[in-house]
Order: sequence, then C-alpha cells, then structure tokens
Amino acid sequence: MNNKKYWQSFGDLNQTEGFEQSTKNEFKEELLPLADLDDKGLLDVKAPRRDFLKYLGFSTAAAAVAASCDMPVRKSVPYLQRPDNIIPGVANYYASTYINGGDVIPVIVKQRDGRPIKIEGNDLSKLTNGGTSAQAQASVLDLYDTTRLRFPMQKAGADFKEVTSFDNFDKLVGTAISGKPVALLTSTINSPSTQQVINEFLAKYPDSRHVQYDAVSYSGMILANEACYGKKVIPSYHFDNAKVIISLAADFLGTWLSPVEFSSQYAKNRKVVGNKPALSKHIQFESMMSLTGSNADDRYMHKPSETGAVALALLAAVGGSVIAPSLDAKLTAAIKSTAEVLKANAGEGLVVCGSNDVNVQVIVNAINEAIGANGKTINWATTSNYRKGVDADMNSLVSDMNSGAIGAVIIYGVNPAYSYSDSKKFADGLNKVIGVSCNGTMDETTELCKYIIPSNHWLESWGDAEPKTGYVSMLQPTINPLFKTRAFETTLLKWGANAITDYETYFKNFWTTKLGSSDAFNKALQDGVVEAATTTVSGSAFNNSKIAEAATKIAAIKGGSTEVVLYQKISMGNGSQANNPWLQELPDPISKVTWDNYAMMGTEMYKTMYGKDVLKDKGASDAYEVHPEKPVVKITANGKSLELPVLLIPGIQKNTIAVALGYGRQSANAANTAEHIGRAANGAGKNAYPLAGFDGITIQYNGDVKIETTSTLYALAQTQVHGYTESRPVIYETNLKSYIANPGHMLHEVAQERLITTANGSEDFVKDATMYPDFEKPGIKWGMAIDLNTCTGCSACVVACSAENNVSVVGKIQVQRAHEMHWLRIDRYFTGDLENPDVVFQPMLCQHCDNAPCENVCPVVATNHSSEGLNQMTYNRCIGTRYCANNCPYKVRRFNWLDYTGADSFKDNQKPLLGKDMDEVVMQMNEDLTRMVLNPDVTVRSRGVIEKCSFCVQRLQESKLDAKKQQDPTLVRNVKTACMQACPTSAISFGNINDKESDVAKARGDKHRNFYVLEQLHVLPNVSYLAKVRNTERPIGVEEEGHEEKKSEVKKEEKAHV
Amino acid sequence: MSRFRKIFNKSFVGLLLLTCLSLSHKSFAADGEALFKSMCANCHKPDKDYTGPALQGWKDRQPDGWIYKWVAAPGALIDPYASALKTKWKASGIMTAFPQLKKDEIDAIMKYVDEYKPPVVVEGPKNSNDKNTDGNSLLFGVLTLVFALIAFILLQVNSNLKKLSDEKIGVYRSEPVPFYKNKTYLMAGVIGLFALGGYFAIDGAIGLGRMQNYQPVQPIYYSHTVHAGTNQISCLYCHGTAQDSKHAGIPSVNVCMNCHKSIAKYEGPDKLEREDGTAVNGTAEIEKLYEYAGWDPIAKEYKADKNNDGVPDGAKPIQWVKIHNLPDHVYFNHSQHIKVGKQQCQTCHGNIQEMGEVYQFSTLSMGWCINCHRESKVDFFNKADSTGNKFYSIYEKFHNDIKNKKLDSVTVEKIGGTECQKCHY
Repeated sequence: MNNKKYWQSFGDLNQTEGFEQSTKNEFKEELLPLADLDDKGLLDVKAPRRDFLKYLGFSTAAAAVAASCDMPVRKSVPYLQRPDNIIPGVANYYASTYINGGDVIPVIVKQRDGRPIKIEGNDLSKLTNGGTSAQAQASVLDLYDTTRLRFPMQKAGADFKEVTSFDNFDKLVGTAISGKPVALLTSTINSPSTQQVINEFLAKYPDSRHVQYDAVSYSGMILANEACYGKKVIPSYHFDNAKVIISLAADFLGTWLSPVEFSSQYAKNRKVVGNKPALSKHIQFESMMSLTGSNADDRYMHKPSETGAVALALLAAVGGSVIAPSLDAKLTAAIKSTAEVLKANAGEGLVVCGSNDVNVQVIVNAINEAIGANGKTINWATTSNYRKGVDADMNSLVSDMNSGAIGAVIIYGVNPAYSYSDSKKFADGLNKVIGVSCNGTMDETTELCKYIIPSNHWLESWGDAEPKTGYVSMLQPTINPLFKTRAFETTLLKWGANAITDYETYFKNFWTTKLGSSDAFNKALQDGVVEAATTTVSGSAFNNSKIAEAATKIAAIKGGSTEVVLYQKISMGNGSQANNPWLQELPDPISKVTWDNYAMMGTEMYKTMYGKDVLKDKGASDAYEVHPEKPVVKITANGKSLELPVLLIPGIQKNTIAVALGYGRQSANAANTAEHIGRAANGAGKNAYPLAGFDGITIQYNGDVKIETTSTLYALAQTQVHGYTESRPVIYETNLKSYIANPGHMLHEVAQERLITTANGSEDFVKDATMYPDFEKPGIKWGMAIDLNTCTGCSACVVACSAENNVSVVGKIQVQRAHEMHWLRIDRYFTGDLENPDVVFQPMLCQHCDNAPCENVCPVVATNHSSEGLNQMTYNRCIGTRYCANNCPYKVRRFNWLDYTGADSFKDNQKPLLGKDMDEVVMQMNEDLTRMVLNPDVTVRSRGVIEKCSFCVQRLQESKLDAKKQQDPTLVRNVKTACMQACPTSAISFGNINDKESDVAKARGDKHRNFYVLEQLHVLPNVSYLAKVRNTERPIGVEEEGHEEKKSEVKKEEKAHV
Repeated sequence: MSRFRKIFNKSFVGLLLLTCLSLSHKSFAADGEALFKSMCANCHKPDKDYTGPALQGWKDRQPDGWIYKWVAAPGALIDPYASALKTKWKASGIMTAFPQLKKDEIDAIMKYVDEYKPPVVVEGPKNSNDKNTDGNSLLFGVLTLVFALIAFILLQVNSNLKKLSDEKIGVYRSEPVPFYKNKTYLMAGVIGLFALGGYFAIDGAIGLGRMQNYQPVQPIYYSHTVHAGTNQISCLYCHGTAQDSKHAGIPSVNVCMNCHKSIAKYEGPDKLEREDGTAVNGTAEIEKLYEYAGWDPIAKEYKADKNNDGVPDGAKPIQWVKIHNLPDHVYFNHSQHIKVGKQQCQTCHGNIQEMGEVYQFSTLSMGWCINCHRESKVDFFNKADSTGNKFYSIYEKFHNDIKNKKLDSVTVEKIGGTECQKCHY
C-alpha cells in the first residue's frame, strides 16, 4: 500500500511525477513577471549584460533622485472641537448587527478615528456566542466599495442622471407612484421596526402589498410547517440538545439558515472533555461534498433526486407508516443503522434537510415527530425569522408586473434580475412598471429601475433585527453616511406621509416605548442585544394528514441519469457580496478554488465522460491536475445552458455535478460590469441561478441535466497544494471508541519518536534533543492551541486575519502562480475511502517555532525570535532572499511578488503589469476609499518582502500595555487574536503558556490529544493542535489497517539508519 | 564619541535637575505650590487676573471660611459677592468645583499664593557643557594634527639622516622622490580620502529622512516658553491624550479657547521672537486664534452658526506643521512611555518650556531609541515590599536573579524592549 494516508490532491495521493515536478519549486520562477520582458528568460535576451548595466544605472539614479527629494511637509490638523468619546489613536467599539438579506449576526464594530475597520462577534449574544462568518467579517470592506451609489438618480435615456436633492426625488417619485398599486419587494425583513414602517406605508397605498423574496429560498420548509404545524414559519433548532444529528443535504455549518448559530451549538457537543467524552454523532446524507458533510462522522451519498426517498426510507425505518422506496444496498444499510441510532437516542435526535421540496420537508417533519425531536431539539416556542420568502408570492408578483396589475415596485435588498430563476420574465415585468430601487449598488435589478435612491450600508444605519422571536439585536451607525444615501425606512416614512419622517427618531421612539425607558434603550444599544433570560423549549401539535400524500408524491419522483445540485459557497453565498475581493479570494474550504465557480464532479463521472481514471492512472492524474487549465463542460438544464470548467473532488455522487450559486454577476451591457457591479465581480464565474427550476410551488435547486464535453479549457486558481508539506505526517486522528479504550494510543508513535530523538535517555525533549541552546522566556510566552475536533473549516478566521493585518488581495492570475498572501490558510486533507473520503481541516499559520529554521538562514536577520516566543518578521529589514520561506517546513511564509498595495515610492508602477500579470481588482483595493479599511496599527507591506502571521502582535502589545497600565498581569488573558475572535466554534485558544491558568495552557494539558505538527524536526512550534476524534464505528487514523504496516516500515528504516 | 555623548547626556540631565530644584526653592510652601499648579494654575494667577481673578488679597475680600464653601461648590453660593463674581467673570464660566480639596490643603494653597513673588528672569549660562565637549574635541583634534605633523617631519628627518649616513659608508642611492610624488604617501592619501568619503557618504545616507532641529514656521506663533515655561501650564492640560493614546495629540481649538476667551492680549514678560530675531506681536497671534475659533473678541462670544454645521461660522481647524515624523513602519506609543515608563516629556522633546517655536530636539533615530531602552530601568515589581508595577510580578527569573544578587535592576532591554516587533509590525 503505497497510497498516502492523508492527501490533498490526486497527485499527492499517487505521488505522480508531474505533481512532484510542480511542487519541487515552491517559487514558480518560470512565471516571474521579470522573465516575460520579451518573452524570453533574462539570460537568453540579446544583451543581458548591457540591460543589467542599464537597470543598475537606472536604479542608482532613481535611488539618488528619490533620496535627494525634500522631506514632504506633513500637516497635523486637530479637531476644532474634539468629541468627548474620540481619542485619536484609540479604537472605540460599538455593538451593532451584521444584516444581509435575512442573515443576522450580532457584532462589535471596531472604529478607529471615526472609521469602522473591523467586525468582531458580540460575546453577549446567546445565539452566536461571539462567533462570526467569513461574510460578516468581509462586510466592512463593502462599506468602502467604490461601486456604491453616491446620490439619488433617475433614468435619462439609457443612462442615469443625478437628482440634486432628496426633496426633489421625493416629489418625482411621489407623483409617479401616486394612485398606482405599489409592491414592496424586499429580502426577508426580520426587523420589527422596519416591519412596522412597512405596514404603515402599505396602509397609505390601497391595493399595495409586501413581497419578501429570498435569493435562495426556504419556501419548502415554511410551507411544510404550515401543513404539519399550521404555522408558516421556521422553528428554531437546538443542535446543542442533540446527541444525534442527521442532515439530509443541509449545509447547516456552512450556509443553511443560520450557520454561525448552529456551528456554535454543534461545537458544544464536539469538544472532547475528559477520558470518556460524550460526543454527538453527526450523519450526513448528501449528493455533493458540503462543508457540513466534510465534518460528518459518517457520510453517505445519493442522487439529488433521492433526497425524498432517503427521507421516506428513514421515516419508515424509525417506525413511520410509509412504504420505504427501494434504494441501493449501501444506502439501505446506512438508513437502517441511522434509524437505530436515532431510536436509541429518542428525544435527543435532530433531522434537518436542505431540500426546498415541500413534500420532502413534510416527511422530515414526520421523522422529527417520530424520534421525539419536536419540543426537544426543535423549538416551536421560539421561531426563526431568518427566511420568510414564499416562492409562490414572488411568482404571482412577477405575473402581476407583466399583466399590469401592479403599477410600481419598490425594491430593497434584493436582486431578482440576477438571482430569480426566471430572471428574464422579471426583467420584462420591471420594464413595464415604475421601478424604484433602494439598493446600495448598481446591480442588475437597479439598472432596470427608473428611480434609484441608494440606502445606507448597515454600518451607517440605525436599526434592529429579530432573527428569532425574543432575540433582538440592535444596529447603530458607526460612521456618518459616506455618500448622499438615505435609510430605506426614512424613504418609506416620507412617501407614506408619516408623522415622523426620519427613521432615527422613529426607531428611538419605537424602542423607548417597547423597552420602557430611554435608559433601557441606551443599555440595549450598548449591549447590542436584548434577549430573554431563559429559553423555553416546547413543541407544537403535529398534523399527520399530509404525510401519505407527500409520500406518494416523493415515490413518483424519477431522477435523471445525470443531475445537477446547486449550492452556496461559504464565501460567496447568494452573490450579494460578489464584489468583495476578500471573499472572492477566499479559497473554498472543500475545493480550494478562488475567484470562480465550476462544475464539481466526482472521479467516477470524470472517468465515464473522459475515459480517464485519475485515482489509478498517474498520467491521467497529472494531465488533469498539474496545470490550472481544466476542461470545460456544457451543462444544460431547464432549457438553459452554461459552460463551466470541471473540478474533480472525491466524495461527489457519481451521477451528480454541483455548481455554486452567487457567481457570474453581469450588467445588462456586459461592458458596464466592472463599473456598475465591480471589478472583483467582473468575470468571476458564471451565473447558475437559471439552472434552478420553479415546480409550481417552490424553486428546486436540483434537477436533471445534460452534460457535454467541449474542446475548450479554462484556468482555475486553486490554492490546493501551494504550501505542500512533502508527505510528512501532520494529522492525527482516531475514532471515539478506540480513544475511550486507549486514549494514549493515538499519539503513541509521536511519544516514541520523541524518546528516540532525546539524548542519553533524558526526557526533556525541548532541551536535550538538539545542539542549539535553549533560550528562556522569562515573562510571557505566547502560544496557540487549535482543536481539530471543533474546527469546521468555515474560514471566518482567514477573512478576519486579512482584515486585521492588511493582507493584500493579489487577484486570480497571481493566485494561479501560488502567490496568494493569506497568513492563515486552512489545509484540507482527504483520507480513507477514495470514493467517499473523510475530510480533515487543519488551519495552518506561522507556528512561531522556538527553534525556527527560517531564522537561521536569513542573511540580514530580518526574522528573529523574541523573548516572548514570537517569530518576528521585520519588513523594513527584509531584502527578499526568500531563504526563510524555502526553509520553512510549514510553508507559511508569503512573499510580496508585486506591489499589490501601491506602497512603493514610485507612482503608477503597477500599471504596466495590469491585465497580464496583475488583475484590475488589485487596483480596486488601492483606491483611497477602499484603503480606509486598513488597520493603522499594521504596516502595509511593499514589494519584495516576506510576510507571515505575527500572532496579531499589535493586539498582544495593546493588551500588555493595558495590563501594565492597570498593573495586573492577568489582564493579558483577555487578548484574542483576530482568528480566534472570529471563530464560531471557539476552536482556537491563545494566551500566555507560562500562565497555568490561561485557556491555552489548559488546552495543552490534554496530553492524549495535544500534538505539534512535524514535532520530530525539533523546531519547537508554539502552535499545537488537538487531534481529531470522530464518533464513528469505522476505523480511523491510527486504527486503520495498513497504518500498522507503515509504522513497521518506519521502524525498519530507523533501524537501518542506526 | 559615545563616551562624550554619555558625559553630555549626564551633565544635561544634571542641569535639568538643577533647574527643577532651583524652581522649587521655596520648600516650606512646596505642598501648596504643587496643589496650586495642578488644580488652580490653569485658570488663576496669584498676582494678576487670568481666566479667573488674581488670588492675592483674597483675605481682604470676604470673611474667613467663605473660601472653603466657594471652592467646594462655587455654583451653590448665592451671596451678593459670589453673584458679583459670577457676573464679572461670565465669559469664563463658573469655576470648576473642587470638593476633594481639604481645608488644610486650601490653606496651603492660599499660603503659597500670599507668599508668591513673580520670578526674576535671570539669563543663566546655557549649554555651558556643550562648549566644554566642543573644546575637548577641538583640543584633541589639534593635538592629533600636531602629532601627525611632528611624525611626518621626524620621518623626513629620519630618511635624510639615513641618506647621509649611507653616503658616508659609500652607499649611493638614487635621487629621492619628493614626498608628494612618493607612491606610499600617495596611496596612503588616496586610502585616507576614500575612507573619509565613505564615512561621510554613509553618515549622510543614514541621516536621510532624519530631521533633527527641524523648526518649521507654524500658522500661529505659539510659544511654549509663554505657556509651559512662564505660565507653568501642565503639558497634559493640552496634550492630554498622551496618557491614553499612542498620539500625544495637538489640542483642539476649543482647548485653547478655554483660557483665551479671557486672554485677548499678550502682556507677558517674555519677548516673543522668531529664530531669525524678528519680533512677534503676541496679541496679533491671539487674534489669529480667534479667527480659527470663530470667536468674536469684542462681543466676547462665538459667532453664530447660521449654516448649521455645528461650529461657529468661519471657524476652521488649524493646520499645524507636523514636526516629529516617524516612518510609517514604526509604532510609537506615548501612553506607554508616560504612564508605564514614567518618562518626562523633556526626555525626548528637550527643554520644551524654553522653546519659542518648537523644534525637533532628538534625532528620533533607531539608535537613539535603542540606547534609551538599554539604559532605562523599568518600574520592576519588588516582591519584598510590593512596590513597583505589579505587571512585572510574572518575571519569575528576574525576581530570582535579584534575590540571588545576580541582577540589581531590570532594564527595558531585559524585558524585550530592543526586539524588532516591539516597534515594527
């Protein structure tokens, strides 16, 4: 068995020649921009010596000119009257709420000198417990988006012209819509005060209505709940009360309903405590590899059309009076064992389903009823308001717009011209009515409207959100509106001729009345959340009359030979943040691809289509994998077709392809995309919404599909094996049963190795296994521990790190050359069954080795070690030899190949590179407006220097200063790195290891799980990992067969060395 | 050279100490003086009217005991004298209450006020040790030159004598080359020049971007001599954020106006002049401030805010020229140095209370920072008597070393103060 145990790519799995070639040189020199000067290498050009002298002369002259310039005169302009609460240079923190189309995350906004620069989770919230998502972290960049609309506008010919004042605009629109039936088309509104504003507005306009539309619909659940419980809402779920979690294609850790809340609940029962831990069991049935599926203890695959059948079979197996449909043997066995676990844990199980089919959701409700989840893990006392849209409402609105039954449509927070499955019909309808857009950017829908009055960004807004009944989160503005924009609610108050015509007053009155006093209101603003002290969990009466009908309908579903499933990525979601470069460049946790969507398929389908087996045939594996260019397929569904590159990922059902939504944003006139929608969104992927079909009741995100090969190729920017650790073992894992039986076994091998390398039988591995001296860390020694059991791979930390540390966006071309700058990456490893592998995520960042290999090789001592255990990187000393990156076994040092930030002394030196070596989007990050997001406490790095994780040293220094001012060393326990703060599952602990009371010291105390990556190199990392324990019966990690063989091989080798 | 710098630094610090001591020579009233300066001096002067009235002669104005009530709660007093006071000083607003001051403290303050005599300005010998060091190096330089000359002459004499003796014993040598054509001398000269050129080139290159003694002309001639020197206003009254923030902060215009609402004319003892000797009209400079603040000095009130932008019409912030510029990759925190390190402003900014227009006193070079970090001691926690900053109680190793007499004090360098990522990140 020469296959690798944990592998990142097929080449890695089979150790192919092409793969080895491609990873040999971590700096892909042949792609160096300098070598492209005249399409030849520098040494082959006609007169390299003369050119060299020219460059030398030029650079000397340039340096002389630059140096002899006068020092610029800088101004220091104090306030005229300094506001009491602003101290220049000291950050203020305000509680607010991230809202985006029904998504709600209570947050704390870090504001520096009047600019919001960072989003942090609000620890006071019982929903999220301080967690955030990648999208919430990135949303601060949306505030400074250059494509935001800057003033109210009206259509003038093919273009728009500014309306000079709000008053004029109000008059214009007032005249235009008066006497007409008006429709308000918004995203899910879960703000109580906004809902009241809308109700008051509708009362003033007879025959008007409010339609809530969700780009990705949850109508199936809502309608099923109406049928089963008589309530047209979604209940709240308690994953923390569940010992068994069954997910039928619901990506509840990534994108389903309220992933941050669910991740936080989920992690509670995934933490390994003590020697006999009680872990929840998570079983996933799905067609594609979702983030949630990759975290499951057991995972089974089925065709997308079989979701209903699986649900039905499960209902039959847990005792429902339905007939189980026939499924293949593997699935049947899986359902049988799943049902047994569910039955054994009655009242402590939870089944969730991602399908938008009403019938499937009715069956899922029946299962939850049968296993006693209703009133235990499903709470009807508190209902969810995350999604309220019903597809049929939207469908009839579109018909009414086309038929003329509606005179005007006011649009807020939605973009159906892009995201509606029949977007053409919607666009036609919109052209027939008076369209008024309150969206903040010139998106596809806004382009079609006659009047535009941009709304404020959420960071500029007052407001509230009630994601679950009784859980309110407040919004307060953290900056004055940057542009001439106005709150959507104010607009409605004005047009509805309300007594109060500005939302700020309205909102204050609303909550002062509700909470009883203005003190209570101020307290609510300060805390950010108003929540009930206790949560009551109760069920709701179940009506089983619809089950039989649903079962019949599901039994009648016939799947096609090939099917597509549409999904959302944790980065792009439904596409509303498509112009966010941080999100576009965030590698998808599963596919590791940036800047694109693609047709994700399994190896078996690829074999059928192309006749090549990448798992077994090394040549085929190289041919597919070594180059970024991937074959393109043509996908036809619903009579619409799409051409997308193929991306192979194991663990996708063999008849299924998966395509991500949220990409392919495009203006009506494609040439305008960069200007209207943005440079980051321009050209990123294809729009897959048209592949979704409306079945008369709800929109279906899966369906039959025709897939044809084409002769074209398309390059994807995949970060998968950048930063490759050369087959060295970096992951340790076991299953729960073996862990309880023998907790020491998992890391036994590591302990043995430690003993072997330590000299003279000494047990002090740190001091006696090396010839280097041991340096003391007299005061603080910083360290981090990452729990692989609770890390779900959600990547919120990666974006948080970029935001905190001014990490550059490099663009797609540079990512293809392995030049991405992320200080923190999440390595994804496959293991086990090649068709349906297990997945392990491992956040990889600078390990701050106490015996760091990078430090020894730096010729200018630009990287060295601090007395607090930090591996320091001094940018202004670095001359860019990259020896350090070369010598780093973890491959976490990143080199600034180009001037991504405009930090060089010479202006406009990026321009010649644009298009060929550098994407336009890099310039987007350099706009004055966008640069407002930069953290002023962190240097903006220039070209030619190495950079890497600093453990957020600016935060460490700040916390130490605070502790010194207060004369209390325990205050450094409060410090949180950006990644740790963002984590929804608290997988990261950080602190002073010398302090035995710190969280990290406690985490390190778990001797059976705490390991260091590549410890045998004796680099003494300051980051440790807690090994993964899976709650499964299957042999995992050290328990797996074949591993024993390998171990004996290692031993033999060792003996040979001796 | 560094030896001399040390001598210079030490004598400079010594001089500073002397100045401080000489200022506080009236030791028996020191308590009252300190209280007066920290609590009252921002608005009151003992001998003349300021933002508030002159305090000398207070006993004659009201019966005993009135002053305690007034200080504790000026707003609450409504007797005729208090009302008259409030009317007279309307522009300055009602005095801040100091309920925390005890009777004996107020007595001490008033005693100081009564005994106060305006200081006699004496032209002290300035920078006398500067001359000493200059004199020394000049002396050494001259001596070196003299010795070099003597060595050169002796060498010539030696070679001539050798030639003569050689001739005597019959060894004839070719005609000697004059020294200016001698290859050895020429080579030595070239190498010398090269070394000298290299030294100056590198020294110049290191100095690029350093702006010691930078003294730009500011939009308003603001004299620290008048404010911090003669009037003894605490540095933190204006630069208060130095305690809380990385920036010391330049005061906003409303802070200036706290006092200048009632001080419209410059009548101080100090002569105001620029570096080139031109005289400055202090009153005209105060008028410039009124211009920026939007203050009407005749009506003694702010101009109306007709355009509704929250500030008086015509008011605009002052665009001061920034003097102390650090490169972008340097992190410096004022509060760290002032609150934790307990440094005086003068350590880095020089004798600011004697500067008419401010100039950059220190080089602000990295070597300068590092030197100080090597020499300065931290307020290390003393486990025996629990003094010092308790934060440092976690440095177990140093506590043991001190106990075992291996270490007598802990410098900033010891706790990592010279490591790269203390200032660069």
